[in-house]
Amino acid sequence: MSDMPATATIRVQRGVAGEAPRFEAFEVPYREGMSVLDALMWIRANRDSSLAIRYSCINANACKECMVEVDGKTQYACTARLGTAGVTVGPLGNKRLLRDLVTDIVPPKETLANALDDIER
Amino acid sequence: MPRLGLRHGPRPGPAKPQYRKNAELTHLSTDILVVGSGGAGMYAAVAAARAGARVLLADKSLIGRGGATIMAQMTVASAIGEEAPDHWTHHLADTLEAGRGLCDEVLAAVLCEESPLRIREMEAWKVGWAREGNHIKQVTAPGHQIPRCVYVDFLNTGPAVAKTLRGQVARGDGITRISGLAVTDLVVRDGRVVGATALDLESGAPVTVAAKAVVLAAGGLTRIYRRNSASVNMGGDAYALALRAGAELIDMEFVQFFPIGHLAPRLVGMDPIMWDPFRYKLGGRLLNGQMDEFIENYGASDSGTYTAPRDVTSYAIVKEAAAGRGSPAGGAYLSFEHVPESELRTAFGPVIDRLRDNGIDLTARPIEVAPIAHYHMGGIRVDERMQTCVPGLYAAGEAVGGANGANRLSGNAIPEALVFGERAGRFAADTVRRATQGWEDGAAEAALDTLRRVTGRPADGAASPALGELMTELQALMWDDVGLLRDEEKLTGALTRLRAMQRDDLPALAPGGGAFSLAAQDWFDLRASLLCAEAVTRAALERRESRGAHQREDFPETDPAQAENRILRLKNGDLMLESVPVRRAPVAIEQPRALEAAS
Repeated sequence: MSDMPATATIRVQRGVAGEAPRFEAFEVPYREGMSVLDALMWIRANRDSSLAIRYSCINANACKECMVEVDGKTQYACTARLGTAGVTVGPLGNKRLLRDLVTDIVPPKETLANALDDIER
Repeated sequence: MPRLGLRHGPRPGPAKPQYRKNAELTHLSTDILVVGSGGAGMYAAVAAARAGARVLLADKSLIGRGGATIMAQMTVASAIGEEAPDHWTHHLADTLEAGRGLCDEVLAAVLCEESPLRIREMEAWKVGWAREGNHIKQVTAPGHQIPRCVYVDFLNTGPAVAKTLRGQVARGDGITRISGLAVTDLVVRDGRVVGATALDLESGAPVTVAAKAVVLAAGGLTRIYRRNSASVNMGGDAYALALRAGAELIDMEFVQFFPIGHLAPRLVGMDPIMWDPFRYKLGGRLLNGQMDEFIENYGASDSGTYTAPRDVTSYAIVKEAAAGRGSPAGGAYLSFEHVPESELRTAFGPVIDRLRDNGIDLTARPIEVAPIAHYHMGGIRVDERMQTCVPGLYAAGEAVGGANGANRLSGNAIPEALVFGERAGRFAADTVRRATQGWEDGAAEAALDTLRRVTGRPADGAASPALGELMTELQALMWDDVGLLRDEEKLTGALTRLRAMQRDDLPALAPGGGAFSLAAQDWFDLRASLLCAEAVTRAALERRESRGAHQREDFPETDPAQAENRILRLKNGDLMLESVPVRRAPVAIEQPRALEAAS
């Protein structure tokens, strides 16, 4: 069925801290060589903008913000490839969960809480 | 240690109960709020702190990780004269030549004169500019008459500059950094900027910041184009914040399309601008779909070199594709097949392996490239102290308009970030020494109401596709109708739709808040992007000529009578446009050709 548009299924962990994590499956159009981040951005643009992921530079692997677990392995979403077999994506397991794929990776000296502590000392 | 003022808890005063009911509000105060932490914002923070000011450096991404600086591949223009004799006025001459008669020559002169100071300071901070023998290596970039551009190997200029400045910011006494703080509005009282409202992304809670001065260093707007090399946070925040606070924008019609952005095959983990340094070092040949060189047919020369200006090359690639002579993916071929593998390795070391991981062998076949929205020449109008017409409001970096006129010279973006950042920080610090806080809660109420409306209920996935669809539509509209080749009909249609999107579509969306509501951030991004898109379109419609990056198919010639800048300001919600004469250079400019002949 070569004239069928190719798709891949990506399972994404959803939920905020304190909720039981649940997985949601999205079928995304597949292009050879595409990254996991490409798929997540497609979901946000076309299916569900409430999906949370942290990223900035999109494709350059310069900002180093998009680290997630792809099939259980820690990877940058912008360099992890998506195959037609699909993948399961979750947040970093060793960091505090904020929402969906976003964990607290902010350096301790750069948080609002730290700025407030600074004042209260 | 830095000290910020703080107030916690429910706010007193008149309220709209539906938004106020459980509102907890954090209020901070500082001397200077710097919005955005790319190269310009970090340099501004460092300069302001060393001048004795208390600084709050806020970024909606992570400090020193978002923005454009970190993505810079290679060239930084600076007349340090280590590779060949040079003088900053020669750099200025090349900048003005590239700018097609529209550069604010005072700002351009500041950029060129102070670039060496900043490059030397970065060297002292151990950025690691590439060296050859006992001198800093400099290469010739398109539009420069001599080798003038410094860089960090391999393709590491941006990350090295960002890391160096992150280190300086962390060491700076008096700088408080906050990541994940998205500034949504500036707060203006009696015509003066007195602070800002913001969204704390982690908690989803509103924050207010009182500041004696604000430096806008939140970058450009190229994300509003479908094909762009921007980071996700470059949707025009700085311009929209400035406009809504009463400041002026200049030259908004001039969006730089980098001609040879990567197109095919799919390449991950590398910036689409990466072929630029390949051409600096190795030349390369640009070919159409029939494997013929074609730049010569458009009045420039390029064969095996890399000298054709960006605006001419972008135009030529699009025209070839439109004439049915494009590459399969709709761009042009870029070939390094004639370059031996050993030479590729010497020039780019590990990058060659990263390409191979992407299935790309440059010795075997060409890659495909096409124009990509890369940089915005237009921006916030400032004086040489980087101050806007609104007291207390400064701008720095790509957010500033005017220095690069109708077309930016290669290598001028990073010096612009460093030079304008340093000046904005220094002069803002100078101002706050004599200023008092002008904050008043009431002045922030309208902005807080918007924040509460957008984030006031839990995030709702089912209601949210419209937000992504609106952004996708905006990017397509700007690319197709306000892109490389413009005409009255397309621009008029775009303007009508952009106004409707702002009036009808965006206000109907309420994405919801809570912890890390990216959709709430999207809403504010879109609000800024739509206003910026309208500004670009309006200015493009009114410039009835072709000049630099602005190409009108219905007005293909450059009109000498339009060698003037166009200013935009917001009045009662409408964009007002005005023409002003170009500011001319304060110095006599020696032509670099004369120097070349002499040496």
